[in-house]
Amino acid sequence: MSAEAYRDSPKRLEDPELLRGRGRFIDDITLPGMLEAAFVRSPHAHAAVSGIDAEAARALPGVRAVLTRDDILPYLKSEFLVVGLPSGAYKQQRDRPALAGEEVVYVGEPVAVVIAEDRYIAEDAAQLVMVDYDILPAVADCRAALEDGAPPVHRDGADNLLAELDVGYGDVDAAFANAAHVFGDHIHMHRGGSHSIECRGAVASYDAAGDLMTLWVSSQMPHSTLRVLVDMLGRDENQMRVVTPDIGGGFGPKLVVYAEDVVLSVAAIKLGCAVKWIEDRREHFIATTQERDQYWDVEVAVDGDGRMLGIRGALVHEHGAYTARGINLPQNSAESLPGTYVLPNYRMNVKLALTNKVPVTPVRGAGHPQATFVIERLMDRIARELGLDRAEVRRRNQVPADAMPYERPLKTRGGLPVVLDSGDYGACQETVLERAGWADFPARQEAARKDGRYIGIGLANFMKGTGRGPFEAVTVRIGTSGRIHVYTGATSIGQGTKTMLAQIVAAELGGDLANVTVTTGDTAATALGIGTSNSRNAVTAGTSAHVAAGKVRDKALAIAASILDKPVEELEIVGAEVHAKDEPGRIANIKVTLAEIAHAVSGTPGYSLPGGIGAGLEATEHVILDSPTYANGAVVAEVEVDIETGGVAILNYVLAFDSGRVINAMTAAGQALGGTAHGIGNALFELMAYDENAQPLTTNLADYLLISAPEMPRVDVSFRESPTPLNPLGVKGVGENGVVPAPAAVISAIEDALSPFGLRLSKAPMSPPEILALIEAARAGS
Amino acid sequence: MAETRTVKLTVNGTPQEQEVEVRLTLADFLRHGLGLTGTHIGCEHGVCGACTVLVDGRSMRSCLMLAVQAEGSDITTVEGLAPSEGELHPLQEAFRDNHGLQCGYCTPGMLTTLTELLAENPDPSEDEVRAAISGNLCRCTGYQGIVDAALDAARRMREGTS
Repeated sequence: MSAEAYRDSPKRLEDPELLRGRGRFIDDITLPGMLEAAFVRSPHAHAAVSGIDAEAARALPGVRAVLTRDDILPYLKSEFLVVGLPSGAYKQQRDRPALAGEEVVYVGEPVAVVIAEDRYIAEDAAQLVMVDYDILPAVADCRAALEDGAPPVHRDGADNLLAELDVGYGDVDAAFANAAHVFGDHIHMHRGGSHSIECRGAVASYDAAGDLMTLWVSSQMPHSTLRVLVDMLGRDENQMRVVTPDIGGGFGPKLVVYAEDVVLSVAAIKLGCAVKWIEDRREHFIATTQERDQYWDVEVAVDGDGRMLGIRGALVHEHGAYTARGINLPQNSAESLPGTYVLPNYRMNVKLALTNKVPVTPVRGAGHPQATFVIERLMDRIARELGLDRAEVRRRNQVPADAMPYERPLKTRGGLPVVLDSGDYGACQETVLERAGWADFPARQEAARKDGRYIGIGLANFMKGTGRGPFEAVTVRIGTSGRIHVYTGATSIGQGTKTMLAQIVAAELGGDLANVTVTTGDTAATALGIGTSNSRNAVTAGTSAHVAAGKVRDKALAIAASILDKPVEELEIVGAEVHAKDEPGRIANIKVTLAEIAHAVSGTPGYSLPGGIGAGLEATEHVILDSPTYANGAVVAEVEVDIETGGVAILNYVLAFDSGRVINAMTAAGQALGGTAHGIGNALFELMAYDENAQPLTTNLADYLLISAPEMPRVDVSFRESPTPLNPLGVKGVGENGVVPAPAAVISAIEDALSPFGLRLSKAPMSPPEILALIEAARAGS
Repeated sequence: MAETRTVKLTVNGTPQEQEVEVRLTLADFLRHGLGLTGTHIGCEHGVCGACTVLVDGRSMRSCLMLAVQAEGSDITTVEGLAPSEGELHPLQEAFRDNHGLQCGYCTPGMLTTLTELLAENPDPSEDEVRAAISGNLCRCTGYQGIVDAALDAARRMREGTS
């Protein structure tokens, strides 16, 4: 099987067991004597804790323990989860405690844990834990948080500025001074939670015989979890193991290491048994990280033809109450704002504001949907002000294909230059324009308006840094069974990572996917792993798998050559055997199985190894890929707005993207479709609402709306394939391509549909009442 | 100790009898009482549909039903759909062929819900399929693969092929 044959899209290895209901998700794990946990959480956004009375809870039959901060401290070397990505921009260090001490700073913060014989009893007992709270002023709005006199999110804080940084290059003020036109806007984008259908969960088990604590956890990053446990529990790596079972979706927040993971581990060690905790949906709304608000004040300077000369402005980013990941989200946003366009001068001041809400960390797209929304809103604004077609304005500003690789005078968070490595941005735009009938649309729109229908069309381009390095670990090992086993630090959260890696490995080792097993996210199987985020698995793990499999192939052939007494060049791997290649007119019947080769190098005491190239049929690779590779694409959305209700229906949706070489067309398209659904939700439905005291208002799936099948349009997905020069497979990430451009395209289409009212939209999501209010205000004003 | 009662019912063709707490949900009974962990819990408030099972052929949220309410009923879970160890149900085959699942967490509820639809309507339109699964949330697929799988399965089942 050649690399070119990847796109044959073999069926997924993951599917048969999942379809039969035999997946092994976190809540499917049951161990002998296992207890179950329920957390006691703060009901207040900000309060002082003056005491906890757990006697009634401890007295309830079936309760084995109630643990507060005081109970777990003896087991902790450090009580804080120190996880912030490094940056010089921090003004305050705000690490989460395992359990709250004398202060709680968001609704949902864990205060105590009840361990009982089953979850029902644990929840009964959690209700009986009496916590004395003295309510303190809470900060709900990130802009208000930064005002003089705002109450501090943490009592000991002088202010609520978590970090500040300036991003940019060039002589921005000169560009503005010399511009033909300057347009400004205030743009607000809200994103909600991840809402994987499986919430979080963990099972911690302590085996006293081996002094081993094993944590199964629904996590994108088990190796990060292990490192945090080593830091906090003071136990060695070889006394703990973190394993990911099947994961029912991740979408970002499961890359975070959580207090519950630590508390459960301590509980298992303290009680000497297994303890399970499964997050319920309400907890997911209040205790799992989210990606909420960004407020942008931006100005764009253009020449007389609509070409950008500069952008300047300020971004206020909501951080939540603690640093649970870093400052990477607004860094991503500010860094990716120029998007697919040439931007000669740029300056953005970024402030991260603490609020009394659950911490903010990446959700699928990680700051890029917001940046794309801002730059695409500005593109539409330029077109509107200059009377140009929206597609034409973009053409004039697009980074041309012949400029690749295109370096921006910006640095990634790791200090690397931002280099757009490959792609034809204009070609993706032309593809979607043609497939969506952009040129015909004005006539269709006019005809619809005569029928009293308000239809509109929107366009958005995007680029997304993918495959964030520095590496992912992959071991390829052929066992004496003849089976090919792949082990990786990458985790499988629904993307089809196991199938993708099996395809890459099989391409080097006989072509039979059924002969490959893949083990993801187990710290006992992979010493040095990173995990899944940032559309990185195919790029980082895929590259390591490709290189490792090639080394194992070379080794297998060399040993086979020794066994068969044939030159290596005359041998090939077919299925689970090494054959002498057929010659014209003669079928060679000389072969040795992979099992026999593996046996031969597994070592027999007193005998030399054949082939003279060492023991074992395996290779481990951590191929270093520092620079991200940039995927790109374009979207056209067509909508109809009901001007009596404000309701929006999506009539047509066309996405073209370029993720370099596609490994599996079926799963790549599937990733784009799922991301698109998420992005349309961010445009129309998803709102994590809080009141002015930072009390969450949307804590169930009836109040917080996920897009369902009837609202979701059929999406026309197509690929371009511009292989990246940055890795040997030429692949770029695909997982976030759908989500990044969707809000920009949908909001643009709504604005276009409502153009008779002269409205400008500067916000996402847009709900029907908000749309209706704008229409009514426009009518009243006209 | 909470009040208990004996519940007798049939699950995937097998009679079952257990003493259960009256407050035990049907979902927890199936998952933990019978070890049928294919039925998944996503919200425990009846919105996401992941826990959907067939109760006397009708799709029901097993998180909103108590085990004792299922007394005497005939329940089918995802584990009961495939005709044999070596074969998948045509709907399961079609899900695999049309990429109707990614993480697989919502899949059991999708399969049971669509089993009910196809039993009632062997030739549904795309809109009818979308309406049928409007109470089942999927965060991975954008629904397109699921809809395609349902239409493909309907065709296979009408034609007697899989």
